[in-house]
Amino acid sequence: MAKEVSPGVLALRKVVEDVYADARKAHAEGRLVGWSSSKFPCELAAAFDLDVMYPENQAAGIAANRDGEIMCKAAEDLGFDNDICGYARISLAYAAGKRASRKVDFETGEYVINPASGKPLKDENGKVVIDPETGKPKKDPKTMQPYTVLDDIYEIEALPEGREKELRKAAIKPYRQMQMPQPDFVLCCNNICNCMTKWYENIARMRNIPLIMIDIPYNNTVDVHDTNVAYVRAQFDHAIHQLEELTGKKFDEKKFEEACANANRTASAWLRVCDYLQYKPAPYSGFDLFNHMADVVTARGRVAAAEAFELLEKDLAEAVKVGKTTTPFPEQYRVMFEGIPCWPKLPNLFKPLKEHGVNVTAVVYAPAFGFVYNNMDEMVRAYYKAPNSVCIEQGVSWREGICRDNKVDGVLVHYNRSCKPWSGYMAEMQRRFTEDLGVPCAGFDGDQADPRNFNEAQYETRVQGLVEAMEANKAAKEG
Amino acid sequence: MSIYTLGIDIGSTASKCVMLCDGREIVAKSLIAVGAGTSGPQRAIAQVLEESGKSREDMAFSLATGYGRNSMRELADQQMSELSCHARGASFLFPDVHTVVDIGGQDVKVLQIENGVMTNFVMNDKCAAGTGRFLDVMARVLEVKVEDLGTLGAQSTKNISISSTCTVFAESEVISQLSMDTDKRDIINGIHHSVASRVAGLAHRVGVRDKVVMTGGVAQNTGVVKALEEELGHIIYTSPLTQYNGALGAALFAYQKYQKEHRD
Repeated sequence: MAKEVSPGVLALRKVVEDVYADARKAHAEGRLVGWSSSKFPCELAAAFDLDVMYPENQAAGIAANRDGEIMCKAAEDLGFDNDICGYARISLAYAAGKRASRKVDFETGEYVINPASGKPLKDENGKVVIDPETGKPKKDPKTMQPYTVLDDIYEIEALPEGREKELRKAAIKPYRQMQMPQPDFVLCCNNICNCMTKWYENIARMRNIPLIMIDIPYNNTVDVHDTNVAYVRAQFDHAIHQLEELTGKKFDEKKFEEACANANRTASAWLRVCDYLQYKPAPYSGFDLFNHMADVVTARGRVAAAEAFELLEKDLAEAVKVGKTTTPFPEQYRVMFEGIPCWPKLPNLFKPLKEHGVNVTAVVYAPAFGFVYNNMDEMVRAYYKAPNSVCIEQGVSWREGICRDNKVDGVLVHYNRSCKPWSGYMAEMQRRFTEDLGVPCAGFDGDQADPRNFNEAQYETRVQGLVEAMEANKAAKEG
Repeated sequence: MSIYTLGIDIGSTASKCVMLCDGREIVAKSLIAVGAGTSGPQRAIAQVLEESGKSREDMAFSLATGYGRNSMRELADQQMSELSCHARGASFLFPDVHTVVDIGGQDVKVLQIENGVMTNFVMNDKCAAGTGRFLDVMARVLEVKVEDLGTLGAQSTKNISISSTCTVFAESEVISQLSMDTDKRDIINGIHHSVASRVAGLAHRVGVRDKVVMTGGVAQNTGVVKALEEELGHIIYTSPLTQYNGALGAALFAYQKYQKEHRD
């Protein structure tokens, strides 16, 4: 039976679909399309009616669609080191024109199916059908996929008009993240990470397009100093001037204020949705929050995003009232999942958690994107605070706050090969969590986009160890 | 009537079994020097049964642990992580233990123990440096037996630093020392300190409290134990049963599970 999807979730899915569709339309009509880092002030671009796409969200989607490895390798072939963030590698390969494509037989025009792909075929009783010749499960032909190959849109464009050009164009994978328009300009704010600066500089140079940069220095103190606010505020003003030159339009104060109001409304609704994880048992799995991140990142300045989160909030209120949850297992343990998930390995991440009844009821994204402000200076302060731009005291305080509110029994930390600043301070944070909250922590190695950096057996042992430590901890507390 | 339980530890390089009577007395033990995905697990079980004169049916509860624990779903009643099993085994051997350092074939783990149960842990990342495999590779390059490393390293008279934290690069460093005619015993001592320094970095993450116990095959290497004592500044205790510690913990948990099932 198909999983029931709530109206709020459906609305959120549509919002992201629309963001991509609007950008494709703008590109087709010859209007400017920009690429932006996830925590660049989207309100500024909205004041100019610009369509903006988000490479971080795109890279996560490409990785979840299992094309992270081929795109990362393509970037490495272009000379980018494999130590660089997986999102950056995917994005740089994409900016260079590289695409994950389906293998085509040019004689027949058909896609060449990979015999190793697909799910096992099941009979009418739901039993797996075994192939008598091989003794292995038969594949369900409906789920089998063509081989994935790497292609290049600039190579395709250079081909003479004809069958090969048409077939190769059509073979590029159809999902939205692989169909994102190329950028006409880039908007970079390095509050989210420092790798972002070089990543966007490279795109700008590669495509010979303008780069609008907002530099946010690492903040050593919990409060943002007035001089830092002035430094960033001046950059906001300069960015507005650059956008005026780029578009040939004047800054539209009304549209800006509208986008600010929408962003605030979205953020407030997002925070309220996140707060539903405080219920015990939680009405949904924290893994769902990872999916809703796409809306906060790509559409927080749109009224549709605010409305969709408000709708989801209603769904959750109803779920709590009737005692329903989307978590497909009884919740025995509650953990905070620290870091970005391993998108290419989401089912593998989920499997041992489900097996041991572990629900993710806290993620650090909630405060990271749930910011509300009342004026331009407050907006600067809000954008100043992102997971990798705040000091360890602020980072610990954010996390311990959610851990307490959301009543976690333990912490599962992703040591993310793609995000060294984030992973770097986790050893110290783990020590603080155990000391301050009295909960065990377990770390595992992985990567947000490159599947080569994840080992399932190691992950399973660490999850099982964490469960056993949480069990012992609970038993000790209960006496 | 006596209750027999079986602990099966399927590691990456060896398969170990321990049979317990009434959760207290070790009746038999076995060790086969091949691990997960080989004939090792079956042979280790057959050997421990033969040594004890018992059959599988005599086992009230069997519990599997280690890297290959999930391949034992048909042979064992339950699986648990090697983390908890090492904690339990060490607490049985040394009741006042607070820190366990276990160096196995491909894993290094440091466990924090409170009243005999694991409360926190940390493991190595995806790197073989500091593990038993690291020592295997070095022993091969040096043309010595891995079990002789401890004795040879103790004869060192000069400090040699093996600075690389990567097994492959450390191997090249050892080769370059050999080509400069450096005494093998000094190189071995340098290797032991390299392992100890790596493991100490991990241990400090969860905190080191007396009594510190080292388990796993590498605990038989007195050179590594001594180097780690220097790095940590704590006395390290080991047991002759060190390699069986995970299986012992599994057999103890098996007894506990059996009791719980029969009490409920």
